[in-house]
Amino acid sequence: MNNILKNSIRFILFLLVQIIILNEVPPLHQFITPYLYFIFILWLPFGTNRLATTLLGFALGYSLDMFTNTPGLHAAAATLIGYLRPTILNILLAQEATEEITKEPSIGTMGWGPYLIFIFSLTFLHHFYLVLLEWLQFGSFGYFLGKVFFTSLMSMLLILLVELLLNRRKLKR
Amino acid sequence: MKNIIGFIRQNFTFFSFLILQIVSLVMLSSYSKSHQTFFGNWNNAVAGSVNSYYNEWAYFFALKATNAKLVAENVALRNQLAENFVPYDTSRKLGTLVLRKDSLEKIRKFYYYPAKVVGNSFTLQKNYITIERGALQGVKKDMAAISPEGSIVGVVVEVNDSYSKIMSLLHRNSKVSAMLKRDRVAGSIEWDGQNPEILSLKNISKSALPKIGDTVLTSPYSSSFPAQLMIGRVTSIVQDPSSNFLTLNIKSATNFYNLEYVYLVENKRMDAQSDMEQKEDNNE
Repeated sequence: MNNILKNSIRFILFLLVQIIILNEVPPLHQFITPYLYFIFILWLPFGTNRLATTLLGFALGYSLDMFTNTPGLHAAAATLIGYLRPTILNILLAQEATEEITKEPSIGTMGWGPYLIFIFSLTFLHHFYLVLLEWLQFGSFGYFLGKVFFTSLMSMLLILLVELLLNRRKLKR
Repeated sequence: MKNIIGFIRQNFTFFSFLILQIVSLVMLSSYSKSHQTFFGNWNNAVAGSVNSYYNEWAYFFALKATNAKLVAENVALRNQLAENFVPYDTSRKLGTLVLRKDSLEKIRKFYYYPAKVVGNSFTLQKNYITIERGALQGVKKDMAAISPEGSIVGVVVEVNDSYSKIMSLLHRNSKVSAMLKRDRVAGSIEWDGQNPEILSLKNISKSALPKIGDTVLTSPYSSSFPAQLMIGRVTSIVQDPSSNFLTLNIKSATNFYNLEYVYLVENKRMDAQSDMEQKEDNNE
């Protein structure tokens, strides 16, 4: 499938999943808020340049903000991971692999270890920054750390579930 | 000059990142200070229409529960009908029994409007409820919102022509004057952002001696809310030796998870009251 078309569909799909399902789920615990929308940024093809991921991050975050009445909150966090994504990919992979435009990060293309490190570091950065922005106005330190950590774990779990559900390894062949 | 332009061109990506971050943070901070939307009503209109489209589905699945609630409410209202209260006739002479004009309307203080909920959040730190009723249908800022069961929901903070936004009780900046039913000691209801079922009642004097299970009602000091509306029940009492006041944890009586309709309460004398409260004291 065409790369641009595929990614546009993902943009809308994950945004809708976040707005219609995850934001409506009654909180399981005060620490846990399920977040999945930023998986769009994680799954962009390897070769996408830094400017593009940064701008897409902002667009994605701001679209979500319009629905949660928090203009700027998710936009700031998604812009941050959009900007840092190429850096982390460069650390984890060889030069040639990071310039591949037809492939995208998945267990199949990166292997379990690097892929888990990749998604965990970006997820953690995203939640750290997001909760920090909320926390500047409110909260205590233990609550802050607990919230970042458990929300990250929840997101990791959701990302791996989506991974299994869509079974992208088969599509690659 | 050339060097500066060259430097910016070299680090163009980094600068665009910085600019986007600054834009986001400015939006966030200016939004927190006032409850006005950054880009005016535009956001409200777009998100409002998507929300109402989504709500059509959610509404369908909740029809059964909504119906049960309406039936219960009908029964409650029917029980209050004037026909149910028939006094024994003790009149001695004939008179006009039927008034052509409702003479009570002159002294009416509160007026109720129904409104359908089309957007509702309870997972964030600052939760709002969007309703499909706006300025053209009589909504004004600072009107109170109560649930069909009669417990309080929030205060209207933003109004456009056909939609308005309610600041839910589950909002860090929400503050509602409340009192304990037992001894009428007043305090204020706030939310600490942690659990959407638990509110906190602050500034209760230590002489009040509240007990677990006590009912908390709105106090007569609020200009938006009618007095004696249900807020919730005390679940635990937080002792703070360093202060003269108690903080009580309140289990909210409103179920914020499944709001379908709210009633807006207009206080017809609110302007007069707030005028008086803001008047400067000339006796100083």
